[in-house]
Amino acid sequence: MINFQYSRATDVADAILLLSAHPGAKLIAGGTNLIDLMKENVEEPSRLIDISRLPLRKIEETADGGLRIGALVPNSDLAYHPLIEQRYPLVASAILAGASAQLRNMASVGGNLMQRTRCAYFYDTATPCNKRTPGSGCSAIDGLNRNHAILGTSASCIATNPSDMSVALAALGARVHIAGPSGERTMALADFHRLPVDTPHIDTNLDIGEIITAIELPPRGFAHHYSYLKIRDRLSYAFALVSVAAALELEGNAISEARVALGGVAHKPWRSLEAETALRGQAATADHFSRAADLLLQGAQAYSHNSFKIELARRAIVRTLMQAANATPQSQAHKKIA
Amino acid sequence: MADAANQIANRIPTNLVVNGVGRTLDLVPWTTLLDALRDHLGLTGTKKGCDHGQCGACTVLVDGRRVNSCLTLAVMKDGAEITTVEGLARDGALHPLQQAFIDHDAFQCGYCTPGQICSATGLLAEGHASDADEIRELMSGNLCRCGAYPNIVAAIQQAMGQP
Repeated sequence: MINFQYSRATDVADAILLLSAHPGAKLIAGGTNLIDLMKENVEEPSRLIDISRLPLRKIEETADGGLRIGALVPNSDLAYHPLIEQRYPLVASAILAGASAQLRNMASVGGNLMQRTRCAYFYDTATPCNKRTPGSGCSAIDGLNRNHAILGTSASCIATNPSDMSVALAALGARVHIAGPSGERTMALADFHRLPVDTPHIDTNLDIGEIITAIELPPRGFAHHYSYLKIRDRLSYAFALVSVAAALELEGNAISEARVALGGVAHKPWRSLEAETALRGQAATADHFSRAADLLLQGAQAYSHNSFKIELARRAIVRTLMQAANATPQSQAHKKIA
Repeated sequence: MADAANQIANRIPTNLVVNGVGRTLDLVPWTTLLDALRDHLGLTGTKKGCDHGQCGACTVLVDGRRVNSCLTLAVMKDGAEITTVEGLARDGALHPLQQAFIDHDAFQCGYCTPGQICSATGLLAEGHASDADEIRELMSGNLCRCGAYPNIVAAIQQAMGQP
């Protein structure tokens, strides 16, 4: 790890000031991704600004019946919070599908949104990577790309976003609360992460000097018909090849509202409003779910080692929607897929 | 002058209560909690496996919660209570998990064992595991390359009071 300076922010305003005063600085909260990347010399901040003691650990109900989650709430505390378990079980399930118990105890929800791709070439400083070194090229496009994206890729980058939590948050229509030098703002989670296009080194639409202060969940939690299904190379503690967050509202067997987001397949959680619109008013059947899968995967492009992901995603979408419709959500402990 | 100052690492006084004993260390900020425990305090029970949060050998309890000490900066834990495998026994009696690991032969080489036992201590405190599948899932952050997993699960079940 390179040497760096260390500051402890006293409040959010102080963190913003420190960020502005030290252009090479980075914020640190849980540190689970950043310290790892610093050990690999992928991240080389001149200074770490410790925000872990800031008062951003509350989970509060909002006036409209939603939930505001402080950016420093640990992932595990969020997953096991009674209001999340009861009203937003999709979020709990997605979090518990990710990382390990230790990492979930450390990692903050704000940091979860900021984690970087696990593309092996991004981590390997001996290889070109446009995300790590803009303009150097992409080693994955013609390299080992079994784990890489099939949607929203560019000639510059085919990396995936590794977060499970973000996939559930995208499906639910969460918003991100942000503070910065020019004040506070909110952004839909769907707009928070970017597609790579020709600037894959910029993961998010946070401006320089901005800090995530909270994540807000809308009132509708889809607590009756949801499922998070994560397909990976081992049963636990691995990143997704494909994951699906599905949430439905049913009137009888008719779908009145549908949300589907995919993980492990793109540079950001992948949703298709067209697919969700097509499901509304339809019966909750495998045929209709299959049609939604086609729409979600429209334009999917495989590379030399990941063509299996397109069919895997198609089947996972149908299966997860069936789990949601049947109110038999995927257990993250008992691994048999219903 | 400024350059000269920058070449000298800025050491940060850090207070940790380690296994019940207050310790003050002057640490450069890039010292991980793992290195502080092993290299500064001589507590080598906590193991450095992968050093990247992938194996769990470095698991310790910080304020009662299990974490990967290899991905924790010691200076960020100023004021925290740290429990390592050396701090689990009480008055010469092994912690029930330590005894259970012996009873079930829940190791071969033993390198992952301190992390396994600290992680299991956190698991019991969290209270989210009630059967073998849930133990396996919630212990998945601790790898055992000898493959002692069935015995590790059995040991944890014993400590949970399950037959």
